[in-house]
Amino acid sequence: MYGGGYIFEESKNTESGTEDSVKLKNFEDRIAAGEKIEPADWMPAEYRKQLIRMIEQHAHSEIIGALPEGTWITRAPGFRRKLALMAKVQDEVGHAQLLYSAAETLGKPREDMINDLITGKSKYSNVFNYPAVTWADTAVIAWLIDAGAIINQVANSKGSYGPYCRALERICVEESFHLKYGHDNVVFLATGTPKQREMVQEALNRWWPPIMHFFGPSDKISVHTETLMRWKVKMASNDDMRQKFLDMYVPKIWELKLTIPDPKLKKNEETGKWDYTEPDWDEFKRVINGDGPCNKERLAVRRRAEEKGEWVRKALMRPDERYTVPLS
Amino acid sequence: MNYSDAQISAIKDLIFRMADDQLILGHRNSEWTGLGPILEEDIAFSSMAQDKLGHAQALYQILHRMGEADPDSLAFGRKEDKMRCCHFVEYPIGEYSFSLMRHFLFDESESLRFDMLGNSSFEDLSNTARKFRGELKYHTMHAETWIKQLSNGNDESRIRMQNALNICYPLALGLFEPCESDEMLIESGVFPGEKALQEKWSGKINMILSKTDLKIPDVNDIKIGYGGRKGIHTEYLKPLLDEMTEVYNIDPHAEW
Repeated sequence: MYGGGYIFEESKNTESGTEDSVKLKNFEDRIAAGEKIEPADWMPAEYRKQLIRMIEQHAHSEIIGALPEGTWITRAPGFRRKLALMAKVQDEVGHAQLLYSAAETLGKPREDMINDLITGKSKYSNVFNYPAVTWADTAVIAWLIDAGAIINQVANSKGSYGPYCRALERICVEESFHLKYGHDNVVFLATGTPKQREMVQEALNRWWPPIMHFFGPSDKISVHTETLMRWKVKMASNDDMRQKFLDMYVPKIWELKLTIPDPKLKKNEETGKWDYTEPDWDEFKRVINGDGPCNKERLAVRRRAEEKGEWVRKALMRPDERYTVPLS
Repeated sequence: MNYSDAQISAIKDLIFRMADDQLILGHRNSEWTGLGPILEEDIAFSSMAQDKLGHAQALYQILHRMGEADPDSLAFGRKEDKMRCCHFVEYPIGEYSFSLMRHFLFDESESLRFDMLGNSSFEDLSNTARKFRGELKYHTMHAETWIKQLSNGNDESRIRMQNALNICYPLALGLFEPCESDEMLIESGVFPGEKALQEKWSGKINMILSKTDLKIPDVNDIKIGYGGRKGIHTEYLKPLLDEMTEVYNIDPHAEW
């Protein structure tokens, strides 16, 4: 699972006037030729910084994303769902592990990243600041949030940084199982008893706005990122990914006779694109800056887990061991 | 082999005890998902919790073949007084030291139990037990590695692990609560009995802990956690079952 689309910091030196022009040209030529950049290769400082930021946010999203679904493991109805949900959430934690390792190759230790997460310095996907109110919410998350994640991650897996691309390829394979699990779960609810149907419709109503937020701010208002696109850090526009998601999943939602809570949602015959009510970007900003329904709870839980586990990590340390950056 | 009605009911009693232990401990260990002390351990604990639930499901499946209800109804449809799990598995996850010590003491017994059951005269059980053994090898390897590391880590971790052992050990003895069905199970070659299992387990635990600085508490001074096998449980089981069946009970006849 992942989300957030692309939210980059505005940067004054993206064109890297301070970088060695020969090295920069060589770097850009390699990327244009489709080569991957590896940890020991030369790279512009701005490339390293933005990649760390992006991969770290992705990793945080995985461990924070484990929380809303994780709370339903103990309530999952029946062996089949309980086992599947446990395996799914376990996968998400495994993705965090892979991604922190990928980010570490760029020089930032896992401990520093987790510290930045729990002190609120570093962000994670906004969708996880919303609560999973009923069992049906977990079904909708597993289907549609993971579907969105796949669109985003498949695009990113064709990016330029080798370790991140390789981690994403593995992650996407697992995510495709999550999507199947989520879809199966939603199908059972949507075609089940009136109560089950009501649960899944209500969950869809709750999750539609966060799903529309998922791919990040509209291209009209997001930061310019031409350099990052040339460097294959950013691989698709937020609006294009949102359109792709609507193309793939709106018909599947309608097929189940569920109602999407947006009266303006329809395919525009002329443009071939989906028209929809513009998501509330003020709410998006408010939530990402800490004022969502679950921000405080999510970070508090993560902080408590870190504190409770500190003695274990300390006991594993050896005085003669030194931190080394993993190769890939 | 043909079994008498009394033998069949002794076999069912044994399987209920084992399946309920697996279900409840698997459920408890799954509560660490997303909250483990390090990511790698989070993943490992979740994986072993899934194995436990898988074992519970397979054991309920044997009961189903013996004429009992289906696995979901058995796991999600019984009240606490019908459950046969021991007190040890019912306790909340507590600190990681407690969960890890419970994992160690329980899984060592589980591994020996299914080793013994691999030779059971009751074929459905011996086949299933042999399948479990491949997984349990990794559980005990995991438990032993961590017990040794944390017990020999630093002063704080050693004290924490010793405290966990002091709490867990008497509860762990409840795993081997003597049961009326034992004699019949021994006679019919189904299972060598809880007493024989406890002896093997004590030997193994002593051997592993002798490689650490941990001391097993004096058994004469302690109250053993018996009662679970007779349906008398701790205050922790009912809230666990209420939570576990919350969604299922919205409509137990619906397909989820």
